[in-house]
Amino acid sequence: MIEVNRAGEVWVFAEQQDGVLHDCALELCGKARQLADELGVKAGAVLPGAQMAGLAERLIAQGIDNVYVIEDPRLAHFQTLPYARVLCHLIEKHTPQIVLFGATAMGRDLAPRVASEMRAGMTADCTDLEIKDVEDPRTKEVHKNLLLQIRPAFGGNIIATIVNYDWWPQMATVREGVIPLMEPDAARQGNIIPEPIKLDDSLFVIKLVERHVEERRVNLKGARVIVAGGGGIGSRENFRLIHNLAAAIGGAVGASRAAVDGGYIGKEHQVGQTGTTVRPALYIAAGISGAVQHRAGMEESAKIIAINTDKDAPIFSVSHYGIVGDVKKVIPMMIKALKERR
Amino acid sequence: MRDDGTVNRAALPAIFNPEDLNALETALEVRDAYGGTVTAISMGPPKAADILRACLFRGADRGVLITDRRAAASDTLATSYILSRAVRTVGRFDFVFAGRQAIDGDTAQVGPQCAEKLGIPQVTYLEQMIHVKDGIARIRRNFGDGWEVVDAPVPLLVTVLGSANRPRPSAARRVMRYKRAQIEAEVAAEVKAELGSASEDERNAETARRVKELAASGLLIDQWSLDDIGADLSRCGLAGSPTKVYRVQSIVLTKEGYTEIPATEEGIRQMIHELVVDRTLG
Ligand SMILES: Cc1cc2nc3c(=O)[nH]c(=O)nc-3n(C[C@H](O)[C@H](O)[C@H](O)COP(=O)(O)OP(=O)(O)OC[C@H]3O[C@@H](n4cnc5c(N)ncnc54)[C@H](O)[C@@H]3O)c2cc1C
Repeated sequence: MIEVNRAGEVWVFAEQQDGVLHDCALELCGKARQLADELGVKAGAVLPGAQMAGLAERLIAQGIDNVYVIEDPRLAHFQTLPYARVLCHLIEKHTPQIVLFGATAMGRDLAPRVASEMRAGMTADCTDLEIKDVEDPRTKEVHKNLLLQIRPAFGGNIIATIVNYDWWPQMATVREGVIPLMEPDAARQGNIIPEPIKLDDSLFVIKLVERHVEERRVNLKGARVIVAGGGGIGSRENFRLIHNLAAAIGGAVGASRAAVDGGYIGKEHQVGQTGTTVRPALYIAAGISGAVQHRAGMEESAKIIAINTDKDAPIFSVSHYGIVGDVKKVIPMMIKALKERR
Repeated sequence: MRDDGTVNRAALPAIFNPEDLNALETALEVRDAYGGTVTAISMGPPKAADILRACLFRGADRGVLITDRRAAASDTLATSYILSRAVRTVGRFDFVFAGRQAIDGDTAQVGPQCAEKLGIPQVTYLEQMIHVKDGIARIRRNFGDGWEVVDAPVPLLVTVLGSANRPRPSAARRVMRYKRAQIEAEVAAEVKAELGSASEDERNAETARRVKELAASGLLIDQWSLDDIGADLSRCGLAGSPTKVYRVQSIVLTKEGYTEIPATEEGIRQMIHELVVDRTLG
């Protein structure tokens, strides 16, 4: 662990692949900016890789002050050990107070390894972060300006807030899509700082044999309207109703895990904790109970319509419009009303 | 959940994390193809011995339970430290397989942290073990937006996805044999129940005798304390856990705040109209 350093920066791991920054890293820049402003410190980004023209500038435009660039042809493809070495080296050198990673496949592989080596506390899969003074209930000591790491926990309807008094840096992975992307400002000024690090060849033990990246076929994150169906739709055939409503409204198709598990639709449509997190202008939840893991992925939507036969279904608690009724009756009525609208 | 926000796992039934079964299956497949032995390691209250018996039923060669009150309230950092000490105590190994993530905490941290503590490389999200040759494992891993095949040298820690395989069921013959497998604490409890009137010394002697008997017939599940694995106590339990639960909130579901739309044509037409007016719908 490093010493508690209240002047330390707020850092983001700038995840990139083949010269493209991950959305989640861009979202985190805005959060780092906000936290850094509250703490009165600078926001930094760690950018390891090869051939990263323009990426540092992009991070600055998203709100970062200092971009630490580690360029090495061997870093072109992510692997844990050398990336972890880069992070640990820079954390020891610059002693940031907070280090954030996206809760992506890469972030979830890398962050715990770094936390373990730094012997720092880490919280996975946060949905929000705040700064607050915290009193240790045992010692009554007040810790100034700690990072509150907020995440849904334990399957049930529980939100846990985790803190780390002094095993710094305070580390967290943050779920994709939960932080609104800041408008980039090309006029923002920042520093691009090359970091020469000698990475021993012995760190590069994993050899890539073959790699296949799939296009994300379903663009849930970019959709303005999402029509999502759940276990209450009842069958793959009935799920056509969801496709039809989405077509009538010009939206994308989403699903709960029950619908995916039931084979009504592919996993890439799943919304929620283990699916995609979305915040469209309108989210229609049809035959979805509203379990916390589902709500975690959609409750930030600007408007939510819930359709459910059970008037006590939890989904209604996050809805703006609630329709107690059978999807098989309600959806055709909605399609009709949409076609008739002027 | 306890008042201090830590979870009282002793109050929960001992259940298998689904992906741990996939990890066990991968280990068994590797052993069946290339030889060696599979040791199942778990940490938890004494009743987690159930999990190890389930591993033995499916084909594991040995079970080890780390159970120690001083390990309670360990966060992922402390847990991974304890597990890495247990692995070291078992001895030489080529692979550590772990489920990608637990169903409860769902944090997916312990695997990578354990690898770091062991000082070995990690490969996360195994979908297929293609082969092991000359100390190199060829693994197909799935990272969500695609997959890759990598070559990684052993010793190696691998986290396994639920889609990797179909875990084999318990084998009836092994169930017959290993349902009698026990940890020492279970033997002691049994002796206490049977010989309640005997002196403590007598009971201890009887427990020791039965434990020896179980061990001789290969039915003893090792029960290790933090001392047995040479753990530094300052790195275990609450003392070794940097993360503290500050607050736990149950999400209170309010029944207010939404407009109830009658499930009629008129009601729905009105709602769509409102959404057009407020520009939600173009
Ligand atoms: C670690 C973990 C991660 C998870 N991640 C996710 C995730 O990412 N996304 C996710 O969605 N879930 C996730 N889940 C699962 C989640 O807990 C729920 O089981 C799931 O969301 C339930 O889906 P559902 O509400 O569609 O189905 P059900 O629970 O089956 O609910 C069906 C609903 O439809 C209603 N209904 C029935 N018939 C009709 C009808 N004819 N008309 C209208 N309504 C009807 C019922 O009243 C009910 O409310 C996760 C769980 C765990 C443990």
